Amino acid sequence: MAKVLMKGNEAIGAAAIEAGCRYFFGYPITPQSELPEYMARELPKVGGVFLQAESEIAAINMVYGAAGAGARVMTSSSSPGISLKQEGISYIAGAELPCLIVNIMRGGPGLGSILPSQTDYFQATRGGGNGDYRLVVLAPSNVQELVDLVIEGFDIADQYRNPVMILGDGMIGQMMEPVELRKPKQRELPPKDWATDGTKDKRKPNIINSLYLAAEELEAHNQRLQEKYKKIMENEVKVESYNIEDADVVIAAYGTISRIAKTAISQLEKEGYKVGLIRPITLWPYPYDEFEKINDKCKGILTVEMNTGQMVDDVKIAVKGKFPVYFHGRTGGMVPTPDEIIDKVKKIYGGEI
Amino acid sequence: MEERIIIAGFGGQGVMAIGQLLTYAGMIEDKNVSWLPSYGPEMRGGTANCSVVVSTEAVGSPVVVSPTSAIVMNKPSLDKFEPAVVEGGRLFINSSLVDRKSNRDDIEVYYVPANEIANELGNMRVANMVMLGAYIEASKTVSLESILEGFTKVFGEDKAHLLPLNREALEKGAEVVRNQLATTV
Repeated sequence: MAKVLMKGNEAIGAAAIEAGCRYFFGYPITPQSELPEYMARELPKVGGVFLQAESEIAAINMVYGAAGAGARVMTSSSSPGISLKQEGISYIAGAELPCLIVNIMRGGPGLGSILPSQTDYFQATRGGGNGDYRLVVLAPSNVQELVDLVIEGFDIADQYRNPVMILGDGMIGQMMEPVELRKPKQRELPPKDWATDGTKDKRKPNIINSLYLAAEELEAHNQRLQEKYKKIMENEVKVESYNIEDADVVIAAYGTISRIAKTAISQLEKEGYKVGLIRPITLWPYPYDEFEKINDKCKGILTVEMNTGQMVDDVKIAVKGKFPVYFHGRTGGMVPTPDEIIDKVKKIYGGEI
Repeated sequence: MEERIIIAGFGGQGVMAIGQLLTYAGMIEDKNVSWLPSYGPEMRGGTANCSVVVSTEAVGSPVVVSPTSAIVMNKPSLDKFEPAVVEGGRLFINSSLVDRKSNRDDIEVYYVPANEIANELGNMRVANMVMLGAYIEASKTVSLESILEGFTKVFGEDKAHLLPLNREALEKGAEVVRNQLATTV
């Protein structure tokens, strides 16, 4: 199809429908409400179901049910709404069901604000619900990549029987950019022979559950989950990096903030500075290995986020103490400017911090 | 070429719409584009603005902090964005609603009586298109034809009958700029 100009939130909906998602359960919240609005309008046209639940908790449990029946299903919300969904997300992860969860982040803690932020990094990558589980967390930086990751996200979810989260911020939800719906790389997806879609008197009933009362059984279940997560870590890391073999300072940033970092880098290059970039596209599994490729003479890593320093933990894990790790962040809906980043890089260069 | 544009006014003046038109036109011309609205908790009748980037390179930050051009439709927007325009940049002031001159002497300033012109055309709602016409005439960021091509994409096919009126509004805005340049040279 030809390129069209779409708002991020609406593009998510278009991509989901393109990927074969026919069920959406959600509850409105700024700054992602254009997405349920789009689904309410478009899903019935393709024989799908849009349902505005009575609450976020109800919505995520509807996702649990639909995923258990083998459907391609999604929900979306923004930070406080995603907090409400955590119990259901943990159950879905425990029951090993595929689904797509979209978090268009706003300021926090609590109700915070409606403006863009990245304050749910910990929640998304460490698990806001209980138990040893992982979500595949995808962090797009522009609307085209957002669309690509939504389409591929459904495949990743099906391949590993695992919930996948799209982690964006209010900015990418609200902004318009040209997009083209295109197919992801072909994956071999296992049949959903575990789904509770009716025995038709031909097999024993399937059971979807996350309760294992016997200690041995739950331990074995957890070991299976860990083996699955290991496979995901081996196969699904996505990262973009720039000039890290030569850079004196490397910026680590994800999502929309990586674009602001790129603007800062091209300005710094004009002034003769050598600055690289590592942009994790998967926040879990995290691209730890990419940091091994940074040249030995690098003076430090500057992590830039719209929070008070959450990904900075992963950057520290990645560099294993080899380089000093610096941080610049804004909160409350304030967006770091290229000039702020430039200033910080120059200070690292000058040994001022 | 990278144009970073702020378009600002009060709610209802169509600042978001001309931002989208400009973005669509850029896309039609195979340029890299982005459109970002301010979506804060604004009051009804309060200020609204959007950031548009039209570039031959990949778009970096979609947030426009230092615009190469600013289109301001009311006085609060002039006060807010006038100081932000880069040296050598352009400022387009809706002189129908803004009663002061710009304080900057290091940028190109265009005064466009957009509401008066829209009134003469018989539809107040095309004041935004007059401003957009002035902008594309001075900046040549996109062509008028690309704007018109994007029109039904942004506003829907059922608004196609408004194309002639909107073309006229764009052309009137362009004329203001040509006249102003002719008198200053």
